[in-house]
Amino acid sequence: MILVVAEQRDGRLNRASWEVVAAAQRLAAKTGGAPIKVALLGGDLAAAAGELSAAAVAEVLTVEQAALEPYTADGFVAALAQLVAGQAPTYVLFPHTYLARDFVPKLAARLDRALVADVVSLAEADGTVAFTRLIFQGKLAADVVLEGEAPYLVTFQAGAFNADLAERGASPAPVSRADVTIDAALIRQKPEAPFREAKQAVDLSQAQRIVAVGRGIRARDQLPLAEALAKALGAELAASRPICDAGWLPIDRQVGSSGQTVAPKLYLALGVSGAIQHAVGMKASKTIVAINKDAEAPMFELADYGIVGDLFEVVPALIKELQR
Amino acid sequence: MKIAVCIKQVPARDWQPRVNESRTWVRDEDAAFEMNEPDAYALEEGLRLKERHGGEVVVCSAGPSRVSHVIREALARGADRAIHVESDGAASADAFEVAGALAEAMSGESFDLVLTGLQSDDQGFAQTGVVLAERLGVPHATIIMEVTVDGGALRVKRELEGGWFQWVAMPLPAVLTIQSGINQLRYATLKGIMAARKKDIRKVAASGAHRSHQRIVNLYPPQKTKQTQLIGGTPAEAARELVKRLRDEARAID
Ligand SMILES: Cc1cc2nc3c(=O)[nH]c(=O)nc-3n(C[C@H](O)[C@H](O)[C@H](O)COP(=O)(O)OP(=O)(O)OC[C@H]3O[C@@H](n4cnc5c(N)ncnc54)[C@H](O)[C@@H]3O)c2cc1C
Ligand SMILES: Nc1ncnc2c1ncn2[C@@H]1O[C@H](COP(=O)(O)O)[C@@H](O)[C@H]1O
Repeated sequence: MILVVAEQRDGRLNRASWEVVAAAQRLAAKTGGAPIKVALLGGDLAAAAGELSAAAVAEVLTVEQAALEPYTADGFVAALAQLVAGQAPTYVLFPHTYLARDFVPKLAARLDRALVADVVSLAEADGTVAFTRLIFQGKLAADVVLEGEAPYLVTFQAGAFNADLAERGASPAPVSRADVTIDAALIRQKPEAPFREAKQAVDLSQAQRIVAVGRGIRARDQLPLAEALAKALGAELAASRPICDAGWLPIDRQVGSSGQTVAPKLYLALGVSGAIQHAVGMKASKTIVAINKDAEAPMFELADYGIVGDLFEVVPALIKELQR
Repeated sequence: MKIAVCIKQVPARDWQPRVNESRTWVRDEDAAFEMNEPDAYALEEGLRLKERHGGEVVVCSAGPSRVSHVIREALARGADRAIHVESDGAASADAFEVAGALAEAMSGESFDLVLTGLQSDDQGFAQTGVVLAERLGVPHATIIMEVTVDGGALRVKRELEGGWFQWVAMPLPAVLTIQSGINQLRYATLKGIMAARKKDIRKVAASGAHRSHQRIVNLYPPQKTKQTQLIGGTPAEAARELVKRLRDEARAID
């Protein structure tokens, strides 16, 4: 059996949950058609469970407990350790979200079972299924096999599988409650309500054109070069996280999973490697241009147009050309 | 407060990895190495907590003899002493093996707080700190952007997706995985570099009791799927061609 652990917030499923259902269906096809069950944890799960029951899966399991709302790592690990022991799945699959990053390694450690994280696709090796993940900042792909006894835990990168390709069932899958007992006294984390920082001064999501700078810009006093290009293009200036971490640009110019999500007509990336956390914030841009001295930079995988070269040579030439 | 900071030495970001003959790991003899980026922020946070609350900062690193370079660097920035878990296999080991070895080396130290980076630049498991918390039997929180300590209580700011944050309180001892950008880094001074020479580095042999749960069977450059139009020529030629295509083909500029 393959167990998918879906993710909801305030009763709403996230898209990544459907992506993992799609991944589970592919994994099932590869491993002899094992049945799939989907588990949901939290406080009030009726709506999300109803939505999930449309999937072509054997069963939707709800673990509804006051101790699971709000989320804590200790609560989720306690609940899932019991659920996994009771259901005895071969694989337990999760989306690789911030939430999963917080508790899945602890669950794996508690169960003492293998965990392969941030998987982008399925592969085969030595007659068994292997899981492909990217290492060295996306410069290499590694097919990984899991060792020891089942269950094997796997988290999938956002966007690795297409949520729209998750098969729907002919009739709704049954929804049932799974009982676990959680000793609330053993939950050590005391979470407060999530919040957003003060309103952003710049709304990059409205920009038509964006020039984004990454660490390839090398020094703060080189930023005027990027600003000049932005001006010549009529573009807003944005940046990768390390540029904002260093305080070279304010945080509201950061694009990516922990910054803004943008989709301009033109996204021109200067010395940005194209890490997944950056890519999720800009890959919906209509036309993407990468200028990078490394021909293997992952940004070229996203780009429509690319110039392999030194930005300090290419950008002045571009500004000149635009001003002609 | 007794604080441990886990630091991994990783190949420099601009190093082009080369795959070994069996396609199971990289050939890194020619690589330059550096401190894993979020670990530098974890160290800085440890030093700031010590400045506020007193105590000591102990650097813990598992790896071959070359990791002594990042250990020295951390000591030069202000850490008090270090534990070097000697292990040639640590670079290619999984998070279970590394966290197991680190937990073993930390036993008897009774740290109040253990800081790790949220993710390594080479393997990128994003697991070691969380597994370590379970092995040490203490609570944890991940992707931390602010740390406050008041008596025995810890209150930390977690980064969530899409610009959301959340404060979480928990008792000490605890493990936190630190996000890059939590603070502004300090660099080693000449005085710090001199002082580091006299600081203690305790070497511990990894017992080998903790095995990896996963194995790389094939390592290769990712397949390209997108057809990027690469524009060549001199910078001036490339610039002219790019502007032309952005105007006429993509209609992305006027
Ligand atoms: C939980 C989490 C959340 C994150 N959130 C975000 C986020 O929201 N946004 C974000 O951007 N990152 C985020 N990151 C960080 C992300 O993983 C990358 O580390 C980051 O995006 C890398 O930034 P970079 O491309 O500027 O730097 P690097 O990866 O160092 O890349 C620099 C690039 O510049 C090129 N270059 C160098 N010199 C030149 C030159 N002279 N000319 C041309 N090219 C040159 C290099 O070839 C390289 O490709 C997050 C990470 C984590 C773990
Ligand atoms: N060999 C190691 N020695 C010391 N700390 C490590 C080691 N490997 C990982 N870590 C710590 O665990 C964090 C997460 O690493 P990872 O789980 O590999 O993504 C790193 O940022 C380090 O703080």
